[in-house]
Amino acid sequence: MTGEAISVIVNGEPRKLPPDVSLLELLRHLELDPRVVVVELNREIVRRPALEGTTVRDGDRVELVHFVGGG
Amino acid sequence: MTSTLSATDFLTVGGRSFTSRLIVGTGKYPDNETMVRAHAASGAEVVTVAVRRVDLDRKNRAGILYHIDPERYFMLANTAGCYTAEDAVRYARLAREAGFNEFIKLEVIGDEETLFPDVAGLLAATKTLVAEGFQVMAYTNEDLITALRLEDAGAAAVMPLASPIGSGLGLLNPYAIRTIKRRLSVPVIVDAGVGTASDACVTMEQGVDGILMNTAIATADRPVEMAHAMQLAVEAGRRAYLAGRMPRREIAVPSSPTQGMLD
Repeated sequence: MTGEAISVIVNGEPRKLPPDVSLLELLRHLELDPRVVVVELNREIVRRPALEGTTVRDGDRVELVHFVGGG
Repeated sequence: MTSTLSATDFLTVGGRSFTSRLIVGTGKYPDNETMVRAHAASGAEVVTVAVRRVDLDRKNRAGILYHIDPERYFMLANTAGCYTAEDAVRYARLAREAGFNEFIKLEVIGDEETLFPDVAGLLAATKTLVAEGFQVMAYTNEDLITALRLEDAGAAAVMPLASPIGSGLGLLNPYAIRTIKRRLSVPVIVDAGVGTASDACVTMEQGVDGILMNTAIATADRPVEMAHAMQLAVEAGRRAYLAGRMPRREIAVPSSPTQGMLD
């Protein structure tokens, strides 16, 4: 029996996620390569080695950024 | 090149040395293939990139790292689009976490129409980032006092504008740029405003250490050709500066002998 879905904001958009999802699992779910994406959880950077052990909680705000073209 | 100038004349910023004095952007190209070829034609070793949210709909692979080889190019992240010191610091930290280096092209914009820098925010962000170990390359205006304050704050390079970002108006205030270069010890790299090759050449003739440009190449009718023109112009301007130009005179001086004329 799994728990109830949680609500998080990912890149400004509300999303429902299963409980106890790690940030690494979130990246995989979104088909993002953790080597080129930087993750900010509630305005704190989560370094790559910590992605697997960091669980997303109800109400969290996640930002997923990468490099794009610019001058 | 037939001369060995570039083998000895390095651009050194924050302990890193580069043979090219031209830094190019990665924005606004018609397509990625053109960008890749333009970068190669420019001879640049440093390219700038911006930090943005991943597009989760992923209609295309927008990440620039799918197109630029970090083994070949030194990635200089910017804080473009930031209007406060706090935002710029946040973007800089994210950029560093992306994992290439501790360099940041720091922009704190103060006005949407001109994209002129907010110099108070710029100074504050520079101090914060320098304390965190960043090599800060600060985009600023052509004000000498601000440039001096940025150097005092520990900036690795000061980057005065030639004219507004994306304007292509060229070097509007050569005197100010020359003065900044004369008074600062850290590298002075002109950032923004160059429109065509002659602008780049004149800018380098002021003695500055380098130029960063994006729009002039990316939005030219033929970006690859313009990229190469810019490489030549930067090189020509640098060589002319080192060669030392003749003094300006208000009257003509004949180039041919005045003696030996026929009666």
